[in-house]
Amino acid sequence: MVETALFPLTLSEATVRKSGVTLVGPVDLEIGPIGTTVVIGPNGAGKSTLLRLMHGLDRAAKGRVDWNVPMKDAQNRQGFVFQTPILMRRSVVDCIAYPLLVHGVSRKDAHAQALDWADRVGLADHAARPARTLSGGERQKMALARALIRNPDILFLDEPCASLDGSATREIEGILKSARTANTRMVMATHDMGQAKRLADDVLFIYRGNVHEHSTAEAFFKAPQTPEAQAFLRGDILE
Amino acid sequence: MNDILQGLISAGWLIITFDPDLIEIVLRSLQVTVGAVVVSSVIGLPLGAWLAVNRFRFRRFVIALMNALMGLPPVVVGLIVYLFLSRSGPLGVLNLLFTPSAMVIAQTIIITPLIASIAHQAIRELWAEYHDLLISVSTSHRQRICTLLWDGRRALLTASLAGFGRAIGEVGAILIVGGNIDHVTRVLTTAIALETSKGNFSLALALGFVLIALAILINATVHSLSQTERSGRW
Amino acid sequence: MIPRLLLASALSLCVASATLADDIKMAVTTSFHNSGLADVLLPEIKADLDLDVHLVVVGTGQALRLGRAGDVDAILVHAKSAEEKFVSEGYGTHRTPFMYNDFVLIGPADDPAHIAQTQSAAEALASIQSTRAPFVSRGDDSGTHKKELSLWFGAGLIPDDFATTWYQAAGAGMGASLNTASAMNAYIMSDRASWLKFGNKGDLVLLFAGDPVLFNQYAYIPVNPATHPHVKSDLTAKLETWLLSARAKSLINEYRLNGEQLFIYNAP
Repeated sequence: MVETALFPLTLSEATVRKSGVTLVGPVDLEIGPIGTTVVIGPNGAGKSTLLRLMHGLDRAAKGRVDWNVPMKDAQNRQGFVFQTPILMRRSVVDCIAYPLLVHGVSRKDAHAQALDWADRVGLADHAARPARTLSGGERQKMALARALIRNPDILFLDEPCASLDGSATREIEGILKSARTANTRMVMATHDMGQAKRLADDVLFIYRGNVHEHSTAEAFFKAPQTPEAQAFLRGDILE
Repeated sequence: MNDILQGLISAGWLIITFDPDLIEIVLRSLQVTVGAVVVSSVIGLPLGAWLAVNRFRFRRFVIALMNALMGLPPVVVGLIVYLFLSRSGPLGVLNLLFTPSAMVIAQTIIITPLIASIAHQAIRELWAEYHDLLISVSTSHRQRICTLLWDGRRALLTASLAGFGRAIGEVGAILIVGGNIDHVTRVLTTAIALETSKGNFSLALALGFVLIALAILINATVHSLSQTERSGRW
Repeated sequence: MIPRLLLASALSLCVASATLADDIKMAVTTSFHNSGLADVLLPEIKADLDLDVHLVVVGTGQALRLGRAGDVDAILVHAKSAEEKFVSEGYGTHRTPFMYNDFVLIGPADDPAHIAQTQSAAEALASIQSTRAPFVSRGDDSGTHKKELSLWFGAGLIPDDFATTWYQAAGAGMGASLNTASAMNAYIMSDRASWLKFGNKGDLVLLFAGDPVLFNQYAYIPVNPATHPHVKSDLTAKLETWLLSARAKSLINEYRLNGEQLFIYNAP
């Protein structure tokens, strides 16, 4: 059976408001089927909110977010990795298996697949431990395995390495690279310019809730078009 | 002061000698209270979770009502249950009046709001923590509630134990619907009320001490059992 | 799986109360139960008739209510006019008086109202009223309370007019009211059995008894099967036959509490 293509993801005048304040938008944007998009911008620019909007965690107060398939099907084909991993009060393997159990996979199969994923992200030795006892890097690897276990077409990552040390960041990036090899579309927010350069195919620069630039990584880092992007790349403080 | 000492001594004596009447009413107390806690938990825990997860129009009202019902005087509950179960009441044909089942019903009504309310508090916190994840992996409402109930089971155990504590010490309602019939519906608390009314303070106190010991024993047992599950670390 | 198991066990708890031997429910007053006579009679009834009599111990008012609603099969109370009304309204088949005990006046040992020297209950109460000595009334509309009120009326006094400084309505059962009287060192009217069994006498002693107006007639009333078809009228008839037997007579007359006879059998 050939699945209907999930992409493109289209945002038209999509706007997120909370308590009367506009956090993001209006945004017009199209996300195609291939590559890794990195969302950068100063703190508070709305990177997380934009990702949450695309994923359906935050609703558009105005405008639309459309996938090529109905929203209900689209939701089943996405994964999301939060900046602070959400730990269930379960063992590592049970946490990883959770999305499978929710979607009707038998306990036995889910467990086997979760063990396989724990192994792939380097947590094979920790599978039986309560998730709460993991270190920061291990927790994020568990969250990655959990987000990838249903083979999503697209994976959103909200600053997954924000509080991790170098070696943990390297491991996470290794997992992301292999996911990319497996043709997983990725949209990742980060404030780490090095990481953006290492992983990005294209770059979304957002500032004060609006997309200021959307171009290939090469073009963006070489010659940013807007003054804000130029200032940001120079290392100026943007408010 | 003398009565208290006498009560302690009598309590010790009753326990050491395995007084058959005492054992009978202790077991009946447990039967009624555990029955009520089980039924109340089956109703109250999912209700608390449901209230935490769902947003609907009368939600605040339902929560306020639940909190108000916690303060319902047991005697009033007893009277209402009596009027329903009475032979002249709407449920009279069930022939439940003056049976342990009637006492279970009354206690269930008394402790369900308490269990649901504590469960609601606990689940609300867990839901705040899990919210994004459970939305992200597109769970159904039912799956959310099941997940929260399972992962919050330790806190929910506390809710059920609170219900147990309230029910085991309750006397007003079960006196009315149970009738305090010897060997049929007499439990620790109604026996205490009876002995107090006879002025047998030391025996009443002895039964009171047995009641406290029983409550402590149950709490300690349940907690140690849940520890062996190692859920304490989660 | 686990919830289903719990539910099943909860249901089985509910069903577990069913018993095999014949049983009836009888509402009796607290004062009768406090006498301890039931502890003597019930095992004998069980032995003779293989009948479990389940006593629901309540106040007179509630006993009549339970009978009226058909929640018990028979009642055993001591409030003649209320009983007659109960029967005439069709809730009971008939009224069978079969024994009596008596009420006594209790008070502090130093007896400030000097009721021990009085000749009648009316005189004793008048003396308490004139000295304004503390008096505890049941105040719960029970048979005993009604009896107490009728005694005040008999002495030409109206309790409604009494100052609460000395006349206190406990609004409670006999035992609880005795506890109150003991704490206040007050006068109180009690049935003899409750007084003898009462364990918290403190400074209180029995001061007055024996006036025939203090006698307290008990009657057995089966609930009417014409009004409540579910009552076990065959069993209540069996019990009535037993209560009217020579065996019941001797058991009741020979019953002693702290060496004192409490009940006098007087079935026709």
